[in-house]
Amino acid sequence: MSTETVEQFDIDRSVGDFSYPEKHQFDAGVGLTRDTVNYIADVKGEPEWIREFRLRALDVFQKKPMPTNWASKDLEAINFDKIRYYLANGQKATRSWDEVPEDVKRTFERLGIPEQERKFLAGVEAQFDSEAVYSNIKKAVGDQGVIFVGSTDGLMNHPEIFRKWFGKVIPTGDNKFSALNSAVFSGGSFIYVPPGVKVKHPLQAYFRINAENFGQFERTLIIADEGSEVMYMEGCTAPKFETATLHSAVVELVAMKGAKIQYVTVQNWSANVFNLVTKRAIAHEEAEVKWIDCNIGSRLTMKYPGVVLKGRKARGEVISIALASDGQHQDTGAKMVHAADDTTSNIVSKSISVGTGRSTYRGLVHMPKHLKGCKNNTECDALLISPTSRTDTYPAITVRGTGNAAQHEASVSQISAEQIFYMQQRGLTEAQAMSLSVNGFVNDLVRQFPMEYSVELKRLIDMEMEGSVG
Amino acid sequence: MSSAILEAERMEQTIAAPPANLLTAGPLTRETSDGLAPLQAKAWERFESIPMPLRTNEEWRFSNLKRINLSVYTQPVALDQAAAESLVARSKGLEKAAGRLVFGNDELLSNELFSESLRQKGVIWLPLEQAATEHPELFSKYFMREEAILGGQKFAALHQSQVRAGTFLYVPRGVEIELPVESFHWLHGAGGSCFPHTLIVAEEMSKVTVVDYFQSDSEDSEGFACGMNDLWLGAGANVTYVCAQKWSSKALAFQINSTVVGRDARAVALNLNLGASLARTESVSRLRGQGGRSDMLAVSVADETQELDQRTFQIHEVRNTSSDLLYKNSLDDTARTIFAGLIRVDPGAHQTDAYQKVRNLLLSDESEANSAPGLEIEADDVRCTHGATTGQIDAEEFFYLLSRGIQPKEARKLIVHGFLQEVLDRLGHAAIAELLSEMVHAKFDAKAR
Repeated sequence: MSTETVEQFDIDRSVGDFSYPEKHQFDAGVGLTRDTVNYIADVKGEPEWIREFRLRALDVFQKKPMPTNWASKDLEAINFDKIRYYLANGQKATRSWDEVPEDVKRTFERLGIPEQERKFLAGVEAQFDSEAVYSNIKKAVGDQGVIFVGSTDGLMNHPEIFRKWFGKVIPTGDNKFSALNSAVFSGGSFIYVPPGVKVKHPLQAYFRINAENFGQFERTLIIADEGSEVMYMEGCTAPKFETATLHSAVVELVAMKGAKIQYVTVQNWSANVFNLVTKRAIAHEEAEVKWIDCNIGSRLTMKYPGVVLKGRKARGEVISIALASDGQHQDTGAKMVHAADDTTSNIVSKSISVGTGRSTYRGLVHMPKHLKGCKNNTECDALLISPTSRTDTYPAITVRGTGNAAQHEASVSQISAEQIFYMQQRGLTEAQAMSLSVNGFVNDLVRQFPMEYSVELKRLIDMEMEGSVG
Repeated sequence: MSSAILEAERMEQTIAAPPANLLTAGPLTRETSDGLAPLQAKAWERFESIPMPLRTNEEWRFSNLKRINLSVYTQPVALDQAAAESLVARSKGLEKAAGRLVFGNDELLSNELFSESLRQKGVIWLPLEQAATEHPELFSKYFMREEAILGGQKFAALHQSQVRAGTFLYVPRGVEIELPVESFHWLHGAGGSCFPHTLIVAEEMSKVTVVDYFQSDSEDSEGFACGMNDLWLGAGANVTYVCAQKWSSKALAFQINSTVVGRDARAVALNLNLGASLARTESVSRLRGQGGRSDMLAVSVADETQELDQRTFQIHEVRNTSSDLLYKNSLDDTARTIFAGLIRVDPGAHQTDAYQKVRNLLLSDESEANSAPGLEIEADDVRCTHGATTGQIDAEEFFYLLSRGIQPKEARKLIVHGFLQEVLDRLGHAAIAELLSEMVHAKFDAKAR
């Protein structure tokens, strides 16, 4: 049973399993020292304050222990001395599609990020290795005053906007990996949406790792000013390599009074990637932040998107789907910190474990002060497909005071044999029936994804299920 | 044992040296003829070698470790005649019981078996110390054979190095004990300690109900209680175990519970937590035989500055077992409660049906409820669900009662009792449920005055 899953899995992976000769103009070498960090700052021509920020972060990173007292021991397999922390194919982001190098274009084509999609998308910030090699912001968005740039560009050219919040939602010392990112970050998106502007089309960024042993440390900061609205989509694929690769991003969102931010992620790293990501938002008065997070790939993902509900009537939401196949561990969840009256939060998590896959939900809900009218609802459902699959749920809920309410529910089940029997009796194969059933399990969440993502997700589930029965 | 002998023993102890500080006491010194002696020396070594828990230990998450300071306690203090008599007189439990043991500061004060016929059926019911000596094989087969795994390893070792008081109950195959068996443990005076232990071995198709009462002689005496219980259920056995805790509001209390459920057996355990400044209970149920079922229940009433810390573990080791946990907490003033529970389904333990629910009722703005219900599932053909809710008194319910002419204070009390009563009813034992309910009422009434 499980060997067939592997086969199916490999067939799927081979689509993205290619790589072009590496021609990196800037390469910080292997391993992490102060020299590496200084080198990155030099190459990027960064001002002194960013260099200092990086060096301070390096100290914090080196001092902090691995969080293996609660997290997977698999983290110990990461060898920080064998990772490349920076390389770029050029310093300036290319502006138009025509200027994009031919082999890069081919890469995107294989991934199905076609030119024809551009008209649908408001802007594509495509990250090839650590620098943005291609960025095309639709004119209309720029006209609205929206700033959509890379992290270095944002900090150097718009410090008055970004410096105020940079590293404030997620401080350097938040955890070992946020410190690592703060020391060596490159790439990512910095977005500013002016007051009242509603960005109609979603902003997109594609990320891709293309060098063996190369960690990608992108840094994203989105600021939605008063009453504005924006949706950001992030999707990942990576070619397959023999040795472990590290991806450790930091994503900070700031929703000012009445603003709305939706952040959509579809993560599909290859099965040798450690994906250790810190994502957090601050929601001010009456603001709404929604994380839609889907994890399919990677060897180990640890990611708990959070919302600090700082202003009255702020609202936070996390929608999470995880698919853990053979050898994978999807350790995902959500954090909701209520810090003002009448704040509400909602967490819905669904996970599917196939073969020897393991999915973990880890959650934190905090209503610490003398607040009134705070509400949280958490639902976690796990589906186990094979006898060797594993699922864990570790929520932690702290509620203080009579004005607040929290409820948490979780269930673990397998696909109903009766359902499968019924569908088989109607002429479906077992794999089709399983696939239909699993798709039904996640359907209400998948519907919240943008259309092209939900189609892709459905196809992936189909393929997983074909491989898992027999 | 006649009361004359007990008196003589007490006389001897009163002239003995003053009790030693707990941290430097060493194992409870025993004669070599005593079944407990060799175990206690080793346990003391373990106690000394295991470090105190740290905040960063996942098992101690949320706990306020600053409140745990063992250096202020001594080994159990000997009682004088008057104190002993008064404690025995105050040991009031159920109207009808099969037997009753009373301990004060770990000393046996009274030993009454109401039905001689049980002894004839082969039931062994003895104070723990005596059982260790008289039935060494049986004792060593079951005494503390399951390790503490929820963070209390150090305290389990301390318990083992100091234990002598408690109940040993062996129920042979097919024997059903109709009436509950009771034991009372008292903490008397200030700064002392006690280490109650309850060991129940229920053989195939036997049935028994056991109730432990933990109390302090006065409401404000400081003291340390570190208790454990071992429940062993053979095939088809049926055991109901109740632990009603009403230590003084200044006491520090640990209770480590282990239940092993055999084939088609059914265990029901209920903890009632009323007292102590800080009380931590660690309850592990191991479902070891197919068809086994374990019900884990708890009612906790926390107020003032109390911290009630409850850790649970439902381990499904084999297929086709079920467990059902229901913990309810009511919190007032600046009280804190912690519930951290885990359901674990081992690889291959298919057809597991596990449930876990914790409900917190907050009655004040300063009270704080922490819940961490967890699942670890390694088999796919299972049904596992858990839920945690935290809320307050429903305004409509409250208004309804007021509109019927009920005073606010009374209405509040009624609602809290209704909330907690569901757990007591799950015991399926009306007399015990009523007694526990009265204890809950008493705590509320004492507060009202």
